[in-house]
Amino acid sequence: MSNNESGYIKRTLPQGFLNTAYILLVIGLVAGIIAYFVDPQRASYSYLTSFMFLVSLGAGSLFLVALEYLAGAVWSTPFRRVSEFFSGVIPYLLILVVPLFFFLHDIFQWTNARVVKDDPVLLSKDAYLNIPFFVVRNLIIIVIWIIFYFIITGLSRKQDETGEQSLTTRNIKLSAAYIVIFSATITLSGIDWMMSIEPHWYSTIFGVYYFSGTVLCALAALTYAVVILREKGYLFPDLKDDHYYSLGTLMFAFTAFWGYIAFSQYMLIWYGNLPEEISWFIHRWEGGWIYASIFLIIGRFFVPFFGLLSYPAKTNAKRLKFMSIWILVTHYFDLYWMIMPGMSETGRPYSFSWMDLVYPIALVGFVMLLFRIMTVKYNIVPVKDPKLQRGLDFSL
Amino acid sequence: MGRTKELFGITALFDNPDSIIKAAKTVVKEGYKKFDVNTPYPVHGMDKTLGLKNSKVGFFTLFFGLSGTAFILLFMYWTLSLDYPLIIGGKPHFALPAFIPITFEFTVLLAALSTFFGLVIAFFNLPFNNHPLHDTEYMKKVSVDMYGLVIEADDYIFDNNKVRNLFRELGAKSVEEIYYPEKHTYPVFDLKFILFLIIVAVLTSGTTYFTLNKFMDMVPFNWMAEQDKVNPQSKSDFYADKFGMREPVEGTIARGYMLYPYMGIAEPKEYLVNPVLPTKESIELGQRKFLTFCSPCHGNFADGNSRLRGQFPSPPSLHTQRAIDFPDGRIYHVITNGQNAMPSYALQITPEERWSIINYIRVLQRAKDATEADIEKIKEESSGNVQ
Repeated sequence: MSNNESGYIKRTLPQGFLNTAYILLVIGLVAGIIAYFVDPQRASYSYLTSFMFLVSLGAGSLFLVALEYLAGAVWSTPFRRVSEFFSGVIPYLLILVVPLFFFLHDIFQWTNARVVKDDPVLLSKDAYLNIPFFVVRNLIIIVIWIIFYFIITGLSRKQDETGEQSLTTRNIKLSAAYIVIFSATITLSGIDWMMSIEPHWYSTIFGVYYFSGTVLCALAALTYAVVILREKGYLFPDLKDDHYYSLGTLMFAFTAFWGYIAFSQYMLIWYGNLPEEISWFIHRWEGGWIYASIFLIIGRFFVPFFGLLSYPAKTNAKRLKFMSIWILVTHYFDLYWMIMPGMSETGRPYSFSWMDLVYPIALVGFVMLLFRIMTVKYNIVPVKDPKLQRGLDFSL
Repeated sequence: MGRTKELFGITALFDNPDSIIKAAKTVVKEGYKKFDVNTPYPVHGMDKTLGLKNSKVGFFTLFFGLSGTAFILLFMYWTLSLDYPLIIGGKPHFALPAFIPITFEFTVLLAALSTFFGLVIAFFNLPFNNHPLHDTEYMKKVSVDMYGLVIEADDYIFDNNKVRNLFRELGAKSVEEIYYPEKHTYPVFDLKFILFLIIVAVLTSGTTYFTLNKFMDMVPFNWMAEQDKVNPQSKSDFYADKFGMREPVEGTIARGYMLYPYMGIAEPKEYLVNPVLPTKESIELGQRKFLTFCSPCHGNFADGNSRLRGQFPSPPSLHTQRAIDFPDGRIYHVITNGQNAMPSYALQITPEERWSIINYIRVLQRAKDATEADIEKIKEESSGNVQ
């Protein structure tokens, strides 16, 4: 238990937290494995949704860390570690992606030579959408993230002992590289894993759409963890309303950004009304999906927008907790909305299944467990970061 | 600027931010309500010390922003859906997605403008610039390097000596009494002068109007905007029903316009006869027009296999025996009048082009449904040059 002059005492999260994490993870994993034996195709779709959520959380959190370094922000330094902990998801993506590679034929129609053979559109996309390139490409993307994750967080942790400014300087350079690479790789991930489920359809703004959701997801996770940890006394007690306000403002801003991007994508396709483009939205405007789409507009945009609009709302711990959980859930729903209707491409209509519920349970358990491991191994605050004191003194 | 004898308040100057915060805290604790702090830059923590509430300007912005949203949506609904409905891009009259960019822009515009003018007028009292603190030593000092505090004389518990003692205890560098400035009157805003201006304006414009228009009968030059002809969609007093646009005279048709006698009849008993000979020119014209207007649904070869297949009621193939047996006039009737899901193309394709299209369809039918006998016949005609 280290104790330094700034009043930070290292504490581990309680045993109950760990037990909950184990229970959720075990239930989710067992049910998830059963699901794979019952109906591999349906289970793959559910699994893919959760996988994309973890990609959002991991790569998005590392993006927030890089953003802080690059922008020279001080206000987020006292809880930068929380984002670093969440980005600890990244190395596990390399394992988690493997089941998807085994079930590519169940999810993606373009992997079936029989379908591609007679389809001039798919034949023309064959140079990009083929299994070897797809697998190699996505493995490379994840490996790049892992490399950046280990270097950036490694340097940040090393600073806990040495407190050298040069470590921050090196991280700033790395962050600049990561932000450029992140914007390209997250676009490719979104296109590969979600847009190619309906391979005839294309939208040039799709990568930005997934990016906006990704940042929102990472911000909401960060906000929720910061509010809870501060209330329970794991962070510095003298974080101010101004810190909350900044987090709330960012969530609010990215909610507006998401709405802007989502509407830009919709309006151009709606106005052009071309058969090869509109089909994607028609799939999501038919049958029960129309309610899902309307819920997405209201839940993903209007609720957080008006919920976080006023100044008091952004500094209210209760409101922030609710809104960040709400944003995480609606982000999951957004991914679900993008992935699931594509199932009709495989010839079987979509129907709700219990499998859609087991993977999120495993996901929550996994992230909780990971967070707990991280708090045991590392300080939850970058204790010797040169920016720390300025971050604590931050006021608007 | 002269000062009256009426006391506005007492000011105190401090030379460092710590003592101004301490002073402000003490003043709040003593129970003063009408006081203010002036500093050369925003002092952190001052808002909290003074117990200032958040500015109300946000509500101002919200109210006018939402008013803008509501107004522009209703406006677009009224103009584009009710008052003058036009079909634009094949969208419904109330095409919400197309309205959203305009709604967004107008919301932002009204919110921003109202915030600016709201601040300037409601919060800063802008047309009035005679605040008692203006043009005083105190204001000059706090604009440079001193930190000032002023307690106003109409505070509930204001007492001249008490306030002076308080300031002295707090270590003020200087204490000063501020008096209300004399009321300024500007001759320009004088009621008599404004009245004089109005009278002069009315007299001159009235005299000019009557002299030119009534006595001299001169109309201002209007750049030929006003003419005796009737403009489209304008009112006309010439006709009894006041409509400028007229129906054609009964029993006449417009020049170059050929009336189609079977319009609106689903299955007429007789048909027109094709007046256009299937010359090379006619067939080429027919091909061009067929590819433009017919092929999107019927397909390039009139077999009903187009890129819209499956997304729209598929048209039947024109290579069935029934279609081959149709007289030309029957196909002409379908193009002109429409049939089932197919609308009338009378406005898009001229009669000559319609007949040419029919000639081209005949070519397609011959080419696609050729039999062995036809090939033999061609071989015969070309004396065996074709294999």
